[in-house]
Amino acid sequence: MEMLHAFFVAPFQEMWEFPLFLAEVVINGLLTGVMYSLVALGFVLIFKASGVFNFAQGVMVLFAALTLVGLMEKGVPVWLALILTMVVMVALAFAVERFMLRPLVNQEHIILFMATIGLTYFLEGFGETLWGSNVKPLDVGIPSASFDFHGLLLNEFDLFAAGIGAALVAGLAIFFHKTPVGRALRAVADDHQAAMSVGIPLRTIWIIVWSVAGIVAMVAGIMWGAKSGVQFSLSLIALKALPVLILGGFTSVPGAIIGGLIIGVGEKVAEIYWGPLVGGAIENWFAYVLALVFLFFRPQGLFGERIIERV
Amino acid sequence: MLYREAGQFKTSYAGDQAIFPIIQDRWFVLAVLLVAYLVVPFVANDYFFEVVLIPFLVFSMAAIGLNLLLGYAGQLSLGTGAFMGLGAFMSYKLLTTFPDLNLIVAFLLAGLATAVVGLLFGIPSLRIKGFYLAVSTLAAQFLLGWMFTKVEWFYNYNPSGTILTPPREMFGVLITSPKADPAVKYLVALTLVAVFALAAKNIVRSRIGRSWMAIRDMDIAAEIIGFRPMQTKLMAFAVSSFYCGVAGAMLLCLDLDAAEGAEAFGINISFNVLFMVIIGGLGSILGSFLGAAFITLVPVVLTNAPQMFGIAMATDMQKHLEVMIFGGLIVYFLIVEPHGLARLWQIAKEKLRIWPFPY
Repeated sequence: MEMLHAFFVAPFQEMWEFPLFLAEVVINGLLTGVMYSLVALGFVLIFKASGVFNFAQGVMVLFAALTLVGLMEKGVPVWLALILTMVVMVALAFAVERFMLRPLVNQEHIILFMATIGLTYFLEGFGETLWGSNVKPLDVGIPSASFDFHGLLLNEFDLFAAGIGAALVAGLAIFFHKTPVGRALRAVADDHQAAMSVGIPLRTIWIIVWSVAGIVAMVAGIMWGAKSGVQFSLSLIALKALPVLILGGFTSVPGAIIGGLIIGVGEKVAEIYWGPLVGGAIENWFAYVLALVFLFFRPQGLFGERIIERV
Repeated sequence: MLYREAGQFKTSYAGDQAIFPIIQDRWFVLAVLLVAYLVVPFVANDYFFEVVLIPFLVFSMAAIGLNLLLGYAGQLSLGTGAFMGLGAFMSYKLLTTFPDLNLIVAFLLAGLATAVVGLLFGIPSLRIKGFYLAVSTLAAQFLLGWMFTKVEWFYNYNPSGTILTPPREMFGVLITSPKADPAVKYLVALTLVAVFALAAKNIVRSRIGRSWMAIRDMDIAAEIIGFRPMQTKLMAFAVSSFYCGVAGAMLLCLDLDAAEGAEAFGINISFNVLFMVIIGGLGSILGSFLGAAFITLVPVVLTNAPQMFGIAMATDMQKHLEVMIFGGLIVYFLIVEPHGLARLWQIAKEKLRIWPFPY
């Protein structure tokens, strides 16, 4: 009885009694969720356009951040370092297409998935060989002061991140829906063979989509790096982005955003109100269990395409 | 010429359904086993046992387990590391709670406990498939990993959170604990793996194995012709987890001797076992062995290579290069032979059949 009360009544009482605190937790969660969404976006882009479940997205985030920091340490001004990093990410896209995707075309999904895990190891080793493995602070001039908003403690940095996320999504939406390249991308996502038969160059599309994913990874890398320093653990946020993906659906950009927000809030609320009851540090698995429960009701995620199977 | 089935007539159904229908295969397997039992223990040194042979055997076991699930039943799981961890912790609990328990029985019970948990985490497979399922099995990985550090019952409430294998004997010979002779550990591991590989080979040729393959090839069609997807999938998860659990118990008792929860059985283990299955060959027991050999050997070779060539290198630099080369090799391998080492073996056999007169 005591136990049930602690689990099912007390947390809600606490929420009711201190609504301001709850609001703060929720807002915090939303802002963390934005950061998850940034990583998840890259996954969705690549999965949509090439059907590849790109496990290397997380390490691409790390790689971009490492490159940026490494260049800045060499004395390169911020704007130039940003452009150079972008160039590196596009070069990476070319290399991936040439050396990995092209020879593996038409292989089963699982083989491609394993290849991206191999790429993960490769990039991890490569980035750290080039730039070293110690924690590096990243400062690109994002404000990070805290301020008081009607009794809520907010951080400028988080709001900035939310703004960046929104801008990125808006930019991607325009790119996908209004430009010829975007239309070609959507065509490829819909049906590879049909797209090829009307003359859309598949390889170019892959390069473009991996480049875009690389640049999204760079943005995510800058935000995460500025928040918690550039270090190896950055590549592990990929693991945090996966439940976001299954919650939102592998093929949906809005799904990645909303999934990220749900996971962010759910995880923070659970950690603060229920975490102490079971010993804390539940953030690591809570997102997965939440996503799993969700999948029982909607196997294709919130916004994923309906899975129709025929014999 | 050497490898030719011409002239080997089967005169009974038993002969036709034998596990190795060709006489050369039978001799080959027998020879490998004889070498493994009679030659290797006298030739290998302790380093070789501890770094190469025992991990190879342990991970072959895990790879067979995952191969049953992924290669035969078509269900992708990324929770292997956690299931191995569960097997390890259960064997530890059993050995410390019941000091008189036979070691082998403890392994089997640990496997059974893992099978039950694997069954639970297999339930989502009834609703979801493909990568959605893969990601949801990560829930098992992280939930169990968290329990290994937070639930003190698992490590007998000791403050450090690590588990140490208690010394246990069988037939008067010390088998577990760091003091035991590596050769003895190797022989125990070898026996277990041989028996379980034989069992796996037979499972996949039986009704159960065929129903797994039907579900793998197309589950809706299989359901329509009368296979029960629920029983079949859950059975696959249970059997696979059983193998992984035993492998985990072996990893703790015969290889590591001491382990610390989330560290030793993290997601890297899951990926490594997955690599073994893919590189070895999906849907092939032999492939599990080949893949396990490849993935255990490559890091050992990479670690020792710089000294062999006399290249001095900073340790962390070397570590990074190792990771990088490992990743590169995997991508390379997938490109060259996406069907795995088992496929190479098959090609070699076809070549051998007509060798040395190919026309």
